[in-house]
Amino acid sequence: MDIQGWTFLLVGLSFTLYIGIAIWSRARTTGDFYVAGKGVHPVANGLATAADWMSAASFISMAGIIAFAGMGGSVYLIGWTGGYVLLALLLAPYLRKFGKYTVPDFVGDRYASQTARVVAVLCALFVSFTYVAGQMRGVGIVFSRFLEVDITLGVIIGMGLVFIYAVIGGMKGITYTQVAQYCVLIFAFMVPAIFLSIMATGHPLPQTGLGAELEGGGGLLQKLDQLHTDLGFSQYTEYGDNMFNIVCITAALMLGTAGLPHVIVRFYTVKRVRDARSSAGWALLFIAILYTTAPAIAVFARTNLIESVHKTSYTEVPAWFSTWEDSGLLAWHDRNNDGVITYAPGKLTAGRPVFATTETGTPLRGSHGERLLSTDTLVPGDNELYVDRDIMVLANPEIAGLPDWVVALVAAGGLAAALSTAAGLLMVISSAVSHDLIKRTLVPTISERGELRVARIAAGVAVVCAGLLGIFPPDYVAAVVAFAFGLAASSFFPVILLGIFWKRFNAAGAISGMLVGLCFTATYIVYFKFVNPAANVPTNWLFGVSPEGIGVIGMVLNLAVGVPMALLTKPPSAEVQALVESIRIPGD
Amino acid sequence: MKHDTPRPDANAHFRANLKLIAVLLSIWVFVAFGCGILLAPWLNQWNLPGTTFPLGFWFAQQGSIYIFVLLILVYVRAMRRIDNRYGVSED
Repeated sequence: MDIQGWTFLLVGLSFTLYIGIAIWSRARTTGDFYVAGKGVHPVANGLATAADWMSAASFISMAGIIAFAGMGGSVYLIGWTGGYVLLALLLAPYLRKFGKYTVPDFVGDRYASQTARVVAVLCALFVSFTYVAGQMRGVGIVFSRFLEVDITLGVIIGMGLVFIYAVIGGMKGITYTQVAQYCVLIFAFMVPAIFLSIMATGHPLPQTGLGAELEGGGGLLQKLDQLHTDLGFSQYTEYGDNMFNIVCITAALMLGTAGLPHVIVRFYTVKRVRDARSSAGWALLFIAILYTTAPAIAVFARTNLIESVHKTSYTEVPAWFSTWEDSGLLAWHDRNNDGVITYAPGKLTAGRPVFATTETGTPLRGSHGERLLSTDTLVPGDNELYVDRDIMVLANPEIAGLPDWVVALVAAGGLAAALSTAAGLLMVISSAVSHDLIKRTLVPTISERGELRVARIAAGVAVVCAGLLGIFPPDYVAAVVAFAFGLAASSFFPVILLGIFWKRFNAAGAISGMLVGLCFTATYIVYFKFVNPAANVPTNWLFGVSPEGIGVIGMVLNLAVGVPMALLTKPPSAEVQALVESIRIPGD
Repeated sequence: MKHDTPRPDANAHFRANLKLIAVLLSIWVFVAFGCGILLAPWLNQWNLPGTTFPLGFWFAQQGSIYIFVLLILVYVRAMRRIDNRYGVSED
């Protein structure tokens, strides 16, 4: 059986499994639909949270991002895992004790304000929609790359699948499919990683292999630092400058992680407060398996790339080079006409490379057989190589010469990562509409069955919208990640935190703080990412903080406005204060 | 060891909880922003004992994550004891 056959088989089997689970765990009540009947075991919830959290980007792109950023990539590792400590200690147990269905539910009840509830609904919808667009796109890309199916058809297949288990199963269906998806994705991530680690270091465990002593002394990191120095790159194990910006980005990712509604809502699904605490620990443990492996893959792949390509004649490079050149993820332009690939700091092209073709679309080839680039996107410099960072995970099995079924496994894993995150986000969208907007704001008299029907319809509509965003992606999908985290950090996180830990905090403080934090962060990101991207350079940044880290400043502003506003207005009512006291203790 | 049935005391429970959070989050800040970022260049002059990891790099890309998992584990255990001590456990 060839790669395609294996891919169809493994992807087909995994999809059948997900649908089977959805039918088995069909939701019958709104409680089932929104929070899986609050009966999920903490370990199962940890697995589901890990799959919910790790998206197509974590699975496919993160190792590649780290491989190219080196030490600078640590912001993602520390930020995206450190946020779970905040979740476990500051948010999850109290929100579980509160025990309603959504994040806007908490905001609305705690501040006894419909305005606050609606602002929270809008934030939740915005954050989730921007995020889900990227996931559906990820599904399409995996399909098209591995199964040679059109991206649109890939997205439609993904939509159909999510539709079945989100609409039928609700949170209950999603929880148990996410458990299965975690198992698929972690297996698919670890198998190639272990093979690579054995090849590079002789150790089966990538985490220890990375720090192992190699034959001839020194470790892989010392070797890579030396390669970097030889090629003129900065050291792999050292940060660049502007540590303040690095601190801000890390903090924004942590606060954003803790404030993302699709992650928070997972902690509503367990039985007890102490299960909420422990399932945050399980979730981080399961996430840590992938997050401590990714930096090892990054180093293996980066070393391998430099050693097998740099100063190698094009006619002698390994076969995978031309395969990925054909798919446009690798490119070489022979600047000095010596037939040898030179890898050096600096870009080859502005943006993605554009390949030269004949009028009929046949690729043009140079004298060594390489694909020629259209010369107008080239930028001056010495570097002759373009490497797409996604290649680091996607091409690994091939580079390592692993069997076809491992390549197919990576496809199934990428799909599991994208689908599980998409489903979690769709639940947030559906419950924000059916529960917070319809039931709690517009039609409070709606029956349980009516609400369940609205929830299913909302989930269905959200799937279709997400699919359309995946088929016609707005060209800012990459830029919106900063958005989702910045907004969650500057709006949700402080409002929920103060709602739990400061009884005196009231609606006036919450609403003014959220609006100020949100407007500031959104304006800053929109200006640098969309209005004037050319100005997005360190000298123009406020305090040297990039748009990725600005959510922290937004949160400080939120507090700077919200706290005095709360002190100048009336304290919350006795009922609200009693609510706050009750969520601080686990028992009744 | 069997304790007498404790008197539920929500305020004392919350104070104990806050104290625990303060201790654990101080470690969290020190590890994430100290060892993982600000002190990492300085820590890189040593290797993690027994390995070839530069110490700052290890904290940034491996160690901080392990320590985060441990912090949550300690919190879960300690809170269970605090819940019992102040009579607000769910059992």
